[in-house]
Amino acid sequence: MSVIDPSNRGLQLATRYVVLTLIAVIFAFPLVFMLVSSLKPDDQLLRDTASLRAFLPVGDLSLQNYYAAFDRAPVGTFILNSVLVTGVTVALSLFVCSMAAFAFVFLRWSGRDLVLGVILATLIVPFETIAIPLLLVVSKLPWIGLDGFSLGWLNTYRVQIVPFIADGLTIFLFVQYFKDLPGDLAEAARVEGASNWQIYRKVVMPLAGPVLATAAILKFLVMYNQYLWPLMVVQEEGRRPVMVGLQYFFQLNRAWGEIMAYLSMITVPVLAFYLYMQRSFIASIASTGVKG
Amino acid sequence: MAEISLRQVRKSFGSSEVIKGVDIDIADGEFCVFVGPSGCGKSTLLRMIAGLEDISSGELRIGGRVVNDLPPKERRIAMVFQSYAIFPHMTVRENVAFGLTIAGASKAEKETKVAEAARILQMEHLLDRTPAQLSGGQRQRVAIGRAIVRKPEVFLFDEPLSNLDAALRMDMRLEIGKLHQQLKATMIYVTHDQVEAMTLADKIVVLKGGEVMQVGSPMELYHNPANLFVAGFLGSPSMNFLDVEIRGVQGSRVLVANSALEPVEVMPKVGTYTPGGRARLGVRPQYLTPVIGDGSATPPNAGRLHGTVALTERLGAETVVETTLSDRSRVIAALARDEVYPIGAEVTLAFKPEEAHLFPV
Repeated sequence: MSVIDPSNRGLQLATRYVVLTLIAVIFAFPLVFMLVSSLKPDDQLLRDTASLRAFLPVGDLSLQNYYAAFDRAPVGTFILNSVLVTGVTVALSLFVCSMAAFAFVFLRWSGRDLVLGVILATLIVPFETIAIPLLLVVSKLPWIGLDGFSLGWLNTYRVQIVPFIADGLTIFLFVQYFKDLPGDLAEAARVEGASNWQIYRKVVMPLAGPVLATAAILKFLVMYNQYLWPLMVVQEEGRRPVMVGLQYFFQLNRAWGEIMAYLSMITVPVLAFYLYMQRSFIASIASTGVKG
Repeated sequence: MAEISLRQVRKSFGSSEVIKGVDIDIADGEFCVFVGPSGCGKSTLLRMIAGLEDISSGELRIGGRVVNDLPPKERRIAMVFQSYAIFPHMTVRENVAFGLTIAGASKAEKETKVAEAARILQMEHLLDRTPAQLSGGQRQRVAIGRAIVRKPEVFLFDEPLSNLDAALRMDMRLEIGKLHQQLKATMIYVTHDQVEAMTLADKIVVLKGGEVMQVGSPMELYHNPANLFVAGFLGSPSMNFLDVEIRGVQGSRVLVANSALEPVEVMPKVGTYTPGGRARLGVRPQYLTPVIGDGSATPPNAGRLHGTVALTERLGAETVVETTLSDRSRVIAALARDEVYPIGAEVTLAFKPEEAHLFPV
């Protein structure tokens, strides 16, 4: 006979929450340090690192560092550029990679496994090894835009976007997820008269919520943290993303408070995006929880 | 009109041939069941008719048109899958209307047709639920609803009942039978369950190893199996087979016997036999009866088997007696009453010669 004592249960729950809170605090420390330090003048900031005061918003607090950061670098432009480049790349990448995965899983064509193998093999090639060849390619690529024909993609948004739309990891994530979907669903849709596009659009993608969220988060992190590539291909200040912008604060006189202010500003979009995706991530898992 | 004909239809996966030149004719409105052990190619054949698998060679016609190279949607078929394959992210209503949505039907048309399908399948109350909220039987109904709503000329069922429990399976079997009478469409039904095959079919196609073993009505196949495989596959418990030697041939009559079987004259429907040769004699368990007393009640031309009782299973309405014959082979008799046979008791089982089947070896 087992009797559940409600007070005992409450205690268990409380213990669990205390432990979880502690873990959360440990993970939050660097972020708290960054946010708190961004409000302190440099001399106090350095003094406080010797004690727990480093994590507390105490002493001479002001938004001075933020104003200074804006004076030193075009922060708004950098953030806008990063958001634009990252947003467009993530959207296009999810679309293109999921379509590619659809072709690998739901369509039959000769050479399918070979092509997939080659794509997966690109996963082990570090970006650094192809950076220089890629630079040579994009520097000569033609483009027809609103202002007519031009040669060379340097100093543009597209040079930061196009090379990253299709990537092996995202395709692999979609392929694995699609393989786990019941194959009968696509076949049933086909018998009902659906075209490949309709199967993709109406059957497969509505069930792809979890993998969309995962792929979007991973792609977002990669794109938002881009440093080497934009440094190589974008010299024009007005097209540069946030990570490259960090350079501005390490030249001349180093100001830690301003660095912390700048970091705080560029971290907020990441956290916001993650929290947003986390919600849809959980929702999509719940909606596909269908028993066989 | 949607008669279906297969002519020398073949299918290979790489170098292995899984469908080996199949010829089948299915009349308009007929209920045809493909039955066979797993791996016999019945599902592959169905998927070829559906257009989900290519046809390696041969000709497939539906309603007179050659459809070998037509995609599924142009074959005017609907299919019910073993896993039901209903879309988990749509409501029942959206699932049933899926084909109509794809075809660009108007909202009013969809509503009328979905309502009609729901009425036929008695699932009006389920229309706004999602698949996660349905039981297995209800999901099956949705799958069938999605199939009937487009009014296809041919229905294809791929083991639709195998995921249901026994009681529900019987209900749904009856319903599918009713549905066929109501819709009068051509139906092809794949199963490994011979009870489903016997009860539903106008025509049964028995398949084995990618080849057609026999085609015919359920009773034709039951009473006149063309070969050992069909004889052993249909009927439960399955037919008893005895190795016998041919003692004599006179016209269409063949005298057979072995050490446990007294000489008996049977009239085989298949094969040719010569005296001194060997053959297989098949008798269904239901046609074996014990000889009582001195045997004067048993007709003199009956076949008689001698053995000892090895096992009895009393099922109430029926008693299944397993007997070890004097040549150490085993036969099963299904007696239509509750009787006790002590294990080890000597028993003589008799059968009418016209109820025995002889097959060449």
